[in-house]
Amino acid sequence: MSEGKASPSAVEAETVTKIFGSGETQVTALNEVSVAIRQNEFFTLLGPSGCGKTTLLRLIAGFDHPTGGTILLEGQDISYLPPYKRPVNTVFQNYALFPHMTVGENIGFGLEMLGQGKAERDRAVGEMLQLVRMDELKDRKTDQISGGQQQRVALARALAPHPKVLLLDEPLSALDLKLRKEMQIELKRLQHETGITFIFVTHDQEEALTMSDRIAVMNAGRILQIGSPREIYDHPAERFVANFIGETNFLEAEVVSTKNGSARLRLPSGKMVAAALAEGARTEGKVSIVVRPEHAGLTSAKAKAALTGRLENVVYFGTDTHYHLRLEGGGEPFIVRQQNSRDTEEKLEPGSEVGIEIGKNAVQVLRD
Amino acid sequence: MAEAGTSSQTRFSIKRQPGFTTIAIVCFLMLYAPIITLVTYSFNAGTSVAIWEGFSWRWYEAAWQNEQVQDAAARSLIVAAFAALIATTAATMAALATTRTKPYRGLTTVYALINQPLMVPEIVTAVALLIFFAVIKVNTGYQGLGYLILAHTAFCIPFAYLPIRARLEGMDLSLESAAADLYATPWLTFRRVTLPLLLPGILAGAMLAFVISLDDVVITEFVKTPGQDTLPTYMLGQLRRVVTPEVNAISTVLLTISVVLVSVFFFLNRRKR
Repeated sequence: MSEGKASPSAVEAETVTKIFGSGETQVTALNEVSVAIRQNEFFTLLGPSGCGKTTLLRLIAGFDHPTGGTILLEGQDISYLPPYKRPVNTVFQNYALFPHMTVGENIGFGLEMLGQGKAERDRAVGEMLQLVRMDELKDRKTDQISGGQQQRVALARALAPHPKVLLLDEPLSALDLKLRKEMQIELKRLQHETGITFIFVTHDQEEALTMSDRIAVMNAGRILQIGSPREIYDHPAERFVANFIGETNFLEAEVVSTKNGSARLRLPSGKMVAAALAEGARTEGKVSIVVRPEHAGLTSAKAKAALTGRLENVVYFGTDTHYHLRLEGGGEPFIVRQQNSRDTEEKLEPGSEVGIEIGKNAVQVLRD
Repeated sequence: MAEAGTSSQTRFSIKRQPGFTTIAIVCFLMLYAPIITLVTYSFNAGTSVAIWEGFSWRWYEAAWQNEQVQDAAARSLIVAAFAALIATTAATMAALATTRTKPYRGLTTVYALINQPLMVPEIVTAVALLIFFAVIKVNTGYQGLGYLILAHTAFCIPFAYLPIRARLEGMDLSLESAAADLYATPWLTFRRVTLPLLLPGILAGAMLAFVISLDDVVITEFVKTPGQDTLPTYMLGQLRRVVTPEVNAISTVLLTISVVLVSVFFFLNRRKR
């Protein structure tokens, strides 16, 4: 995947490995991770806890140093630079606001350390407070403001020195749902207005899908897939990615022929379907495929059905209905999700035999 | 008492044991009755520490005007101030070195070494210092307060160390990371973030060290050069001759200072975040 761009990546990790401890207690937190994060990008590191996403963030911030590999900031090797020499700022999970300083002093701290004078600093702090819409709270102590406000102060503090890259370590996890939704929109707005590259760490797939320009899905110290939210969702490359993001149906199929990253497959039912091939997927023999529940439909016309099964359960969700089916050949239940409309729909009873229609471009062949 | 321990009693409670109240009262009496007596007789108008002859401030005045007391009090304060200052500085550095570094081999040994004065019997330290300082005195001829300050500093360090370390361990490490992230060098991180947040612990440690130095008898008695009495050793000397309520008065003043300082210590420590 060549970028073909003249300007260097904002941050680039080259085969970065991080090992904690030694001997029997040794833990490999990152295993030869490579990723290039573009300028002005909202980039998300997504994965379950312990996948290495926070470790990678800490290596970029400079709180830890890699065991192997290099980290480049705009083309310059910063692997072993201490955090105070990197033009990179962090929004901490617990905000880490200085309790002995006012809101204004917190926001001005970075600029003060950079040697900026008081008058200039005050102006910058004012601008930042306006940017995060907190103008009136400049002289409050940090324990006199709410959690959401603390979050905004932490953001303003990290943005005030105009870093090249802003690192966000699960910054929304301590907020309640409503505030979290608000802050998601707020973060996108801030990223647009400041034009700063954001690297965002989260374990929340929905958060990642709604906010990111690109997502790197991580597990067990490796990056499994990098792509836009759409690519990650519609074309998961691995079982873990498909499973971690959204609901999905796994099936086995046999490759009949391939051409330019797409393939013709024979389903267990004997029917043929077209499918997209993940990079590095097998091009012959048996393969694993995924079909998203909303990319499949129910049909009574046997000719159109790619698969057939017996309806086991119907779950009504308001906006849509989930149909749980048992396929002819057995295996895990197959789920079909259909959007509801006001028109009366054909009433399907559990136990009835139905055909499953699979939409165009709905099948993805996995790498594993 | 036959009813005690019936089935209605589901859990063991020390408060319900026979004699609990009596024992508690006896203990408190043992603790406080002598002190109350001492304080009371410091206001005695007569010369006895056992026969009450009416209220008077005369022994406070006597002590205040007694040049030996003035001399000893001044010495006590000087020694305590220097010992507390040096011990707190050393303890702060020791606390930083034992909490803000990666765990290293022998860290537990270092803890033990720092806290050694809490374990070694005071009399042993006193004798050791006496002999050690005697060698130095003979070789250098120096007779000043330095020996007392040094000795007091040594046994004050663990008392200053403990509250400072507790405070450092309770501090959110991400605050220091945040400062480093915001371009503060290690020194500026310490001066602008760690130190201000540590200050209550340092003050508490200093106050504790001050009080501990102020009332030390054993080590002072062994280490002092003749004529270098502190208040406690002066009082000890007085008691060997005539006992007047003047000693009570001095004791009461010392007691007041200790109670105030230790109360401040607890207040400072309670307010940690």
